[in-house]
Amino acid sequence: MTRTTRNVVFADGVRTPFGKARPDGLFADTRADDLVVACLRELLRRNPSLPPERVEEVAVAAATQTGDQGLVLGRSAALLAGLPVTTPGYAIDRWCAGAMTAVTTVAASIAVGALDVALAGGVEHMGHHPLGAGMDPNPRFLTERIVDPDALDMGKTAESLHDRFPALTKDRADAFAAASQQKFAAAVAAGQVAADLVPVAVRDAEGAWGLASADELARPQTTVEGLANLRTPFRPHGRVTAGNASPLTDGATACLLAAEDVAAELGLTTRMRMAGFGFAGVEPEVMGLGPIPSTEKALRHAGLGIEDIGLFELNEAFAVQVLSFLDHFGIADDDPRVNRYGGAIAIGHPLAASGVRLMTQLARQFSEHPEVRYGVTAMCVGLGQGGTVVWENPHHADFVPSPAGTASGSDTAGAR
Amino acid sequence: MPTHVRLVDLPGGAGPLALLTLTSGDPRRPATLGAESLEAFDAAVTAAQGLVETAGVVAVAVTGANGVFCAGADLGAVASVHDRALSEELGRRGHAVLGRLGTLGVPTFAYVNGLALGGGLETALNCTYRTVSTGARGLGLPEAYLGLVPGWGGCYLLPRLIGPAAAVTVAIENALANNRSIDGPAALQLGIADAAFAPADFLVESLRWTAGVLRGDVVVPRPDHTGDAAAWDAAVARGRAVADARVHGAAPAPYRALELIAGARTASREEAFAAEDAALADLGVSDELHAGLYAFTLVQRAGKKPQGAPPAELARKVTSVGVVGAGLMASQLALLLLHRLRVPIVLTDVDDARVEKGVAFVRSGVDELLAKGRITSDTANRLRANVSGSTDKAALGLADFVIEAVFEDLAVKQQMLRELEPLLREDAVIATNTSSLSVSAMAGVLEHPERFVGFHFFNPVAVLPLVEVVRTPQTDEATLATAFALGRKLKKTCVLVSDAPAFVVNRVLTRMFDEVMRAVDEGTPLLEADRAVDPMGLPMSPLRLASLVGPAVMLHVHRTLAGAFPDRYRVSDNLERWVEAGSPDLVSRKGPVALTGAEQGVVQQGDAPSTAEEVLVRVQDALADEISRLLADGVVARPQEVDVCLVLGTGHPLFTGGITPYLDRTGASERATGRRFHEVGAF
Repeated sequence: MTRTTRNVVFADGVRTPFGKARPDGLFADTRADDLVVACLRELLRRNPSLPPERVEEVAVAAATQTGDQGLVLGRSAALLAGLPVTTPGYAIDRWCAGAMTAVTTVAASIAVGALDVALAGGVEHMGHHPLGAGMDPNPRFLTERIVDPDALDMGKTAESLHDRFPALTKDRADAFAAASQQKFAAAVAAGQVAADLVPVAVRDAEGAWGLASADELARPQTTVEGLANLRTPFRPHGRVTAGNASPLTDGATACLLAAEDVAAELGLTTRMRMAGFGFAGVEPEVMGLGPIPSTEKALRHAGLGIEDIGLFELNEAFAVQVLSFLDHFGIADDDPRVNRYGGAIAIGHPLAASGVRLMTQLARQFSEHPEVRYGVTAMCVGLGQGGTVVWENPHHADFVPSPAGTASGSDTAGAR
Repeated sequence: MPTHVRLVDLPGGAGPLALLTLTSGDPRRPATLGAESLEAFDAAVTAAQGLVETAGVVAVAVTGANGVFCAGADLGAVASVHDRALSEELGRRGHAVLGRLGTLGVPTFAYVNGLALGGGLETALNCTYRTVSTGARGLGLPEAYLGLVPGWGGCYLLPRLIGPAAAVTVAIENALANNRSIDGPAALQLGIADAAFAPADFLVESLRWTAGVLRGDVVVPRPDHTGDAAAWDAAVARGRAVADARVHGAAPAPYRALELIAGARTASREEAFAAEDAALADLGVSDELHAGLYAFTLVQRAGKKPQGAPPAELARKVTSVGVVGAGLMASQLALLLLHRLRVPIVLTDVDDARVEKGVAFVRSGVDELLAKGRITSDTANRLRANVSGSTDKAALGLADFVIEAVFEDLAVKQQMLRELEPLLREDAVIATNTSSLSVSAMAGVLEHPERFVGFHFFNPVAVLPLVEVVRTPQTDEATLATAFALGRKLKKTCVLVSDAPAFVVNRVLTRMFDEVMRAVDEGTPLLEADRAVDPMGLPMSPLRLASLVGPAVMLHVHRTLAGAFPDRYRVSDNLERWVEAGSPDLVSRKGPVALTGAEQGVVQQGDAPSTAEEVLVRVQDALADEISRLLADGVVARPQEVDVCLVLGTGHPLFTGGITPYLDRTGASERATGRRFHEVGAF
């Protein structure tokens, strides 16, 4: 049997506001699955031409899948969101690249024609589920030196990056972090952030209802000077601080993906077209390097080079980790193509949810920059992985929609 | 009971909103409005008003939590007021606080997330706009049912909002139909709510809708209903007819509520609220209200914690049930047991035809449940597969609980029990549904009388929520506990009674019927005697009830009681003739009670008629006498249990308190027995 592949488009993406993963945080008394439900319902509401029964998969990621993140998230969130019982769903996990993997996995299913329309996203309520809670690492990791003892502590892996690349100084990391805060503040002021936020009704510890409608982690007053003397919790006299790392965060994201021809049939908007993706592994103790090989792989799949990329959405787990990527590809620390709205250092990083935030922001930037043909979303993953998705801008003059109902062109995801 | 205030930025830049959350402070208890919580709510409204002035708040909204918006006035607080001035103050305070929602100077919104009863729904009515969750249940104005009026704005605001006809349906018709409530979609349909949203994101969607209203994108029509005087009069007249049919003018509350609704067409807000205050003041100190609250609380408590029930953990598991007899009562019992327990049920009777008829009745009952959407088709299959019948009582050998409902004759029942017992498991509980025979006399033929208990349902079994659990001196605790646990699973309220002729409900009702029949026998016109007890507010006149129960059954109970208490009970010749004549209906089954003409040639009368007033007093005195004897005999421990039995077993209205508060109020208890059942001012 001959099989053709289809193009996959990103039709829409939303997220909840991101809250502090603390007892006084926005979502301290809100369930993680309810955050996912808020995102799924918002996507259905924003895309009224999509009949809910056409959603054929709901893939939702979480790094810790117990308690309120435990009951086959995709399926349980679909039921709670009022999708028909005929819509299946699953939970997925690749730690920080969970939502990104949810996207690439359902995209692959769409590409081979196994389904037409899917919802994909992620959630991490780090207040309810601190990173590593309940984890039981196999002792062989250490006794057989399969990984360095520091590999399971993300802050220490960031310190190791500074060790490996002496050119990555603390000053550069702090400058990048301060810029992230400023860029995010500017994006908020310009309305580029609120447009894709889902307001969430929340109850606080006293039992009062309120509305979470804005992020609460950003520190727009941040200066390089202010960051200089922060404590380095991972190592005495280290370089990684709370100021140049992403904060512990509660939040959820979701997006709507469809086969390009089906999106056209249903009247959905093509906001990005997937050009390729890739995941790759690196030494766990320098997991922050993961996006370098994954991006090379994804570009290769897409038949593109780094010079073809006009916009980058890189997850800022740590400033140093983004800088290692930029140095590798010869991109300046303050290159305007990178993280135009700021990044996780200012917004927050609810682990498995972040991948779709990158995509949602890139989609909005595509509409603002029709001159850009291709963009990249990339992130590092604990235990030594990286993930990258390359996207094509439908607003670009050279963009050619694939004809309805036919197989895709030569630039689809697929082995080459 | 705090009310919280939070500042919320409305979506789409519509401005800040002050959001009030009504809570009880305890997630297991619904929020109510009493003296303390009204003050807390008032303080929250004051805080919201402050935000209007200082923070540019453009609207104020109220919502609840955990499926409850607000359960209404704190009934405990209402029950504790016996002074008219205090009673008036409670009404005035409610108006003053809730009324602020109508005079804040910015639009107010109620987001009715769930249960909203009485003052809870009135909280919403006092707002400018309302949204409701499509998952909300338990919305209504039960005041007239309890003995009050919707007096925190309800009688004025509701008819003006949704029109007089719908208002009468909600405040009078539903309230008097045993406190029926409506759900979210119905509230939208009636116009009580302006918009409805799914529970999954009800609050967010309500806030978005609010933003739309404030921006002017959403326009809420407010038709003026006050112009149509004829429609208004017709609605009030219909309400009076409903009240007459239910309480025959014997309870003041629904009529007072109708007066307020009638006045709402032309009254100003201030005049109407003052009239509501006056009504609450009068009714708040009325015997009918306090009896109503007494009975309401009693029945609620009896459902949760039956008086005298042994510890629930002593109950045996019931995984299989036998029903001996396959007649109408037995078949109804089998259907109820099957529906609620979902365990295998075996019916037995003496011949195949009866067994088949009984099983067929149960199966068709399952079909009806399915057709009404009460069960799924999978459950229907399960239930149909679980019912079987046999002419061989050995088929009951595995049952944990066997209930008999064979012919009401002691010798027949004793013979059946002798045959049955050796066939059963050693630990099976055996129950009888006899309505008047001696349970002890039946137990006497058993090897193990300690496992025998009376389990007396009321016809129609599916409707009436009472079971009299009859204890003999031998009945053990495990057997009793099993009976109570089973009753709870059947969603019935169980009242523990000692074995005595006709137990409680039938003994009291038969005494009443006998007194009415005496008056008829003596020469009181049939209809006049039948209507004489209307002031007691009974759901059915005695003759109509007799037709429903069946004159032959009545005759049987009369004979039992006449045998046991010949000084007080007798068998009326007219009752015997009625049965001999084939039990034709003597009065109409529906609508106003009227003679059918069937009494011609059946009823023979003397020439000493009594007036209706005389008949009523005789009935009252007879009831007071009988109930005091029943208490002295220890059939139940307290008058409270008699009242629970009469409310749940016969549908006695709340304003009588069941029966004993009514007998105290009318002086019958002192006339007949020299003492009251309850101390003056006991509730």
